[in-house]
Amino acid sequence: MPQIGRNERVRVSLTLDGKKVSGLAEPRMLLSDFLRQQLSAGAVHVGCEHGVCGACTIRVDGRAVRSCLMFAVQAQGCDIETAAGLAGEDGELDALQKAFRKNHALQCGYCTPGILMSVTSFLDSNPDAGEDELKDMLGGHLCRCTGYVGIMRAVLEYAAARRA
Amino acid sequence: MLSASARFTDDMPLRAGTLHAAVLRSPHAHAEIVSIDTTAAEAREGVVAVLTGADVKDVTTPFLIVVKEPMDQWCLAVDRVRFTGEAVAVVVAQDRYIAEDAVDDIAVVYKPLPAVISPLDAAKDGAPLVHEAVGRNVVSVREFTYGDPDRAFAEADHHVDLTIDYPRNSQTPLEGYVVVADYNRQDGVYDILSNFQGPFTVHPVMARALCVPGSRLRMRTAPFSGGGFGVKQAIFPYVVMCAVAARKVGRPVKWVEDRLEHLTAAIAAPNRVVRVEAAATKDGRVTALRYDQLDDYGAYLRPPMPGPLYRQHGVMTGPYDIPNMAITNRLVMTNKTPSGMVRGFGGPQSFYALERVMHRVAEVAGLDRLEVIRKNLVPADAFPYRACGGALLDSGNYQKAVDIAVGKGKLAALMKRRDAARKEGRLYGIGMAAVSDPAQSNMGYLSTIQTAEERKKSGHKGGNISFATVNMEPLGAISVTADSIPQGQGHATVLAQIVADQLGVPPDRITVNTEHDTHKDPWSIATGNYSCRFSSATAVACHKAAVEIRAKLARIAAQRLNVKAADIDFADGMVFARNNPGNALKLHRVAGVAHWQPGELPEGMEPGMRATGVWAPPELEPPNDQDQINTSLTYGFVFDFCGVEIDRDTGQVRIDKYVTMHDSGTILNPLLKDGQTYGAFAWGVGCALMEEFVYGPKGEFLSGTFADYLPPTIHEVPEPELYHLETPTTLTPLGAKGGAEGNVMSTPVCLANAVCDALGLENINLPMTPAKISALIHGEEPARPDTSTDKAGAGADRSRALTGQGSHTVPAAPEQVWAALIDADRLAAVIPGCHELELVGENEYRALVTLGVGPVSGRFKARVKLSDMKPPDAVTLSGDLAGPLGASSGSGRVRLTGVAGGTRVDYDYEVEITGRVAAIGGRMLDGAAGVVINQFFRRLTKRIHGADKTGDAGQLPFWRRLARKLGFGG
Amino acid sequence: MKPKPFDYVRAETLDEALDALARHGADARILAGGQSQVAMLNFRLIETEVLIDITRIEALDYIRIENGALEIGAATRQSDLKDWPGLAEKVPMLHAALPFIGHVQTRNRGTVCGSIAHSDPSSELPLCLAVLEGEVVLRSKRAERTLKAADFQLEMLTTARAPDEMITAVRFPLGDASAGHAFDEMNRRRGDFAIVSLAAVARQDSVRLGVGGVAGTPKVRNWSELRTGDIDEALNAFAWELGGHDDIHGTARYRRELVRRLGRQVIEEARSCRR
Ligand code: FES
Ligand code: FES
Repeated sequence: MPQIGRNERVRVSLTLDGKKVSGLAEPRMLLSDFLRQQLSAGAVHVGCEHGVCGACTIRVDGRAVRSCLMFAVQAQGCDIETAAGLAGEDGELDALQKAFRKNHALQCGYCTPGILMSVTSFLDSNPDAGEDELKDMLGGHLCRCTGYVGIMRAVLEYAAARRA
Repeated sequence: MLSASARFTDDMPLRAGTLHAAVLRSPHAHAEIVSIDTTAAEAREGVVAVLTGADVKDVTTPFLIVVKEPMDQWCLAVDRVRFTGEAVAVVVAQDRYIAEDAVDDIAVVYKPLPAVISPLDAAKDGAPLVHEAVGRNVVSVREFTYGDPDRAFAEADHHVDLTIDYPRNSQTPLEGYVVVADYNRQDGVYDILSNFQGPFTVHPVMARALCVPGSRLRMRTAPFSGGGFGVKQAIFPYVVMCAVAARKVGRPVKWVEDRLEHLTAAIAAPNRVVRVEAAATKDGRVTALRYDQLDDYGAYLRPPMPGPLYRQHGVMTGPYDIPNMAITNRLVMTNKTPSGMVRGFGGPQSFYALERVMHRVAEVAGLDRLEVIRKNLVPADAFPYRACGGALLDSGNYQKAVDIAVGKGKLAALMKRRDAARKEGRLYGIGMAAVSDPAQSNMGYLSTIQTAEERKKSGHKGGNISFATVNMEPLGAISVTADSIPQGQGHATVLAQIVADQLGVPPDRITVNTEHDTHKDPWSIATGNYSCRFSSATAVACHKAAVEIRAKLARIAAQRLNVKAADIDFADGMVFARNNPGNALKLHRVAGVAHWQPGELPEGMEPGMRATGVWAPPELEPPNDQDQINTSLTYGFVFDFCGVEIDRDTGQVRIDKYVTMHDSGTILNPLLKDGQTYGAFAWGVGCALMEEFVYGPKGEFLSGTFADYLPPTIHEVPEPELYHLETPTTLTPLGAKGGAEGNVMSTPVCLANAVCDALGLENINLPMTPAKISALIHGEEPARPDTSTDKAGAGADRSRALTGQGSHTVPAAPEQVWAALIDADRLAAVIPGCHELELVGENEYRALVTLGVGPVSGRFKARVKLSDMKPPDAVTLSGDLAGPLGASSGSGRVRLTGVAGGTRVDYDYEVEITGRVAAIGGRMLDGAAGVVINQFFRRLTKRIHGADKTGDAGQLPFWRRLARKLGFGG
Repeated sequence: MKPKPFDYVRAETLDEALDALARHGADARILAGGQSQVAMLNFRLIETEVLIDITRIEALDYIRIENGALEIGAATRQSDLKDWPGLAEKVPMLHAALPFIGHVQTRNRGTVCGSIAHSDPSSELPLCLAVLEGEVVLRSKRAERTLKAADFQLEMLTTARAPDEMITAVRFPLGDASAGHAFDEMNRRRGDFAIVSLAAVARQDSVRLGVGGVAGTPKVRNWSELRTGDIDEALNAFAWELGGHDDIHGTARYRRELVRRLGRQVIEEARSCRR
């Protein structure tokens, strides 16, 4: 049974966007901070640190969750995905990102990576989700810039394209 | 940005050895700082320094302010705190976690002072003073008269009079403030990386506070910012705080604001109480307006405040032709977070008053609301139109815009829908609003706060200067820099497009860098991202620069192609003779000449291929002697209408349909422009229905989380129908006006008008929460079925302290209960979580207690006093608590009555809770107070009941065991 | 907003968790989904010496039917329960209530038992537990005991769990097929904590109504016979008994108003889906 003292820094190893990586964390370090500060995961944004805004949303073992409500040590061995993993190696945007660009679904872009992770996770387990379900999923994210219009359009377009 | 390589300030690389800061904040709205003990914090491992007001007083001066009154503000509180959340000390440590631990180690003794929260209270004689040295809270009063309003009111058929209480809110960007400060001892330069968004009028303010010339304060920004909305102007006290800290520790210091800090202490748009009156003729023509505005700036007047009170000054008549107006502007200080720039910048407040009163004029005159709007709009043939307050409405066709909206948006069908809904007994209403959408502020508008006489002395201020630079490199690469500090509006896209159009290349060939560095980039006091300044300012400067480069290229090419420069054209990366496209050169070759062959350039041409466009529109004149001021360069027009339905059971407002019509002049990029409109609309909906910074009566801040301060989600924001008309402005070469603020001003009042229509109300204030609507529609509450005298839970609203009452029966005689209450030892056993209790005066105790509900608990220092003692019948317990979770004070009256089987203990209490726990835990505060007080009486009951049986020292708190050993106490 | 320091224990089996609890008692807290608890730790509203992570105890991640009840283990996520195929048929109330809990992103991590342990007065699952008269299984190194909802839920955020105990499972009685169930709540923003939440079970001749968000714990009322004409009066009496409190989202009066008005709606809805 792993036990980590409050002042101990232990190595946490995980898969980040397909690559095996590791970093040091003390028990209280939030996963969001760990990913940003230790693993340079710039696609994890922090907007509230109390689970409401959704900016920090990532996929942990496939499911979209708030990384500000997890500790780094809990992610040991997990498969973590962030929005940085969406685009190809050459920087080519994936279909969801393209839909976001086309529909002007982002302005400042601070909320965007979290939303992208919710969308892919949700559609992976609910490929036939309709507009209402997609809206419910997006309800877990705050965006202060766009008024959600472009976001909804982009997500609908992407969901339809995935089904086709 | 989408490729996730976006670099926000928090992502930027740090110099090795960078330290991290955390801020200790005041739990009190108003208090004297008696002492600050930082020893424990400094001793904590990993802590490098702790700074307090005393440290900043040594090396900085107070911030400059607009009004000449002694209202000093420093970056950390000096001697006194004046709002909940005010920065009191800053810890600099190895990481943020440790810094926060050390913040909890700092012991501050405060002496709470009476606080004043409501602007109306603050304006009264005898109110507690926010700044004693000023001697009053209303720190500026100006009266203005345009035309002859008194006469117009005397001759009016209708006189409409409303009082508006506009709440505090903010668009709260998703990314908070971030500052990284460094100090270079060699050259004495403070080097700051932050997400400051301008205006750079604040740069001299910071430099002066730091006692350095402006050239020694280098301000840089990162490529991206996570939303601004004006809010990131108010980062400047923290810039100074981090700068001072960096200088002290000799290493870079980084501070990242968290959400609780942001909501508590960053900024809010000023709340405003407005009495607005309109004089109207029988047929609905408004002949005069009278405003009495009391604008609340909170605890400190931070530059460029009181901007919101004056930014609309020239256009307080809105899009209407109203010849007479009287304005009284009063600026009041209260014990709340300082106000600042927030999108709309005074517009939401101003247009709420105007459009509510226009709605009322129609009702009072018995006329159709749309007709009243139409009748009063500035006629299409009257442009350019000088409003009585001084605004030069440059262009427009308001009637046509309204016609398009009403036609395409199908107002007639909406009317039918309302009628049908009402027939079914549903609560349905229609609202309308017409507003002016000003852009590019006149930097001289704020001088309207001075009299003409004072302005003469201090020099006339006006204008708004912008810069943009276009550069072509030797091999033809094109880059653009500009002074707009974008916050996500897509400025780079538009700038690339402007330059691409001039030079005949695809926009993606152009690199735009909107990072800004005051040591390298041109800037003016107007630099920054605010007041919709981009389209009519920076974009124009960029256009000018691009035109200059084009002209230069054309001259070089003309020489080589043997044609006149005027006959040169640009397309597809080629420069060619218009009449003979085959006679052509590659664009990069032409540019190369300016770099490689300076000797071959046309007569008088300077080498290099770089141009900086400067744009300073002449229409932005200083206020004239009649106090008329053209507050902005361009004025767009927005007309909205909507239908809302209100749920009869819950009071919830549902937006059924929303139509918004914009004339923002030429649209530079439709996708971006619509994006701005949708975003503004969403915030407008938030302000109308959900968002408010709530304070308790003593200034305790109650909306510290995103579950208490409520930005709307996708569920609450419908998609509005958008229509456009493009009437280009003649004042800028591109014809564009602003367009990012319109719905922030029109939507709140449009929805309020609809709710008033649905409910038949004369007036309503925002936000229109379900609870507020319920109180309006649900009439008298059904009576309580039994006749019990227990009043618990009959609470009215949250404009008071937490109160409660209760009753317990204790199986002991009143005398025994009495003895337990007044005896120090026994009291210690009764007070929940009491670790220490010492008598410090007659019937006065000091105690260390752990209090809380369930897992939420904290250590507090408490003082308890017994007074008004009537043995064995009644006693008053009063006192206060303080700890890292917050502070509390309160009192309770306890009455003992002998009854069969013992004593009935009746009590009522009133407590105030402030600080972190109030800001976060508001939802449970009332209940939690009740729980803790219940614990007290349960223990009292138990204690007295089992008094003689408990002798087990192991159960006793440590201090009592000690006391026992020493031979005294029970 | 960073938590205070704590020691971390990742229990891989139930015994390990119970050992750790026995050792640390009141100094330890169980970490399950953490969707409320981690936010509160971040705010430093709560602090703990030791955090015992039970999310990886596979044996506690289950949903099963046993002895006429749906039993849900302590490591089971709310999303898994929501997506459990038999839910609408077996415990229709949970099926109705789960979509109201937070958002999909918080349900993906939040656990059913964690919500019950946290005992927030406005939460949906404690209300369901109360109105369905479910049970909580508590284990310590000493013993196992089972408590009825009413005996478990004491005050706001306060339960009858002893410091060395943890919830290993909760049990919801299977819905009786003839009864009608309805759940509704009012909040200012969908997914937020409810201002008032209501759950009704209608049987042939009786009605049971649970209300959350008004008192410190969910409160339940049973009416053996409730004629349509008497509903208003009955709800008014119930509303006044609950009292309510003011906060920035709603007044006590507003809460009572919702009990009267939405109470009628959920009762009627529950009656309409009786079979
Ligand atoms: S930062 Fe995690 S939800 Fe807001
Ligand atoms: S794009 Fe700025 S918060 Fe969503």
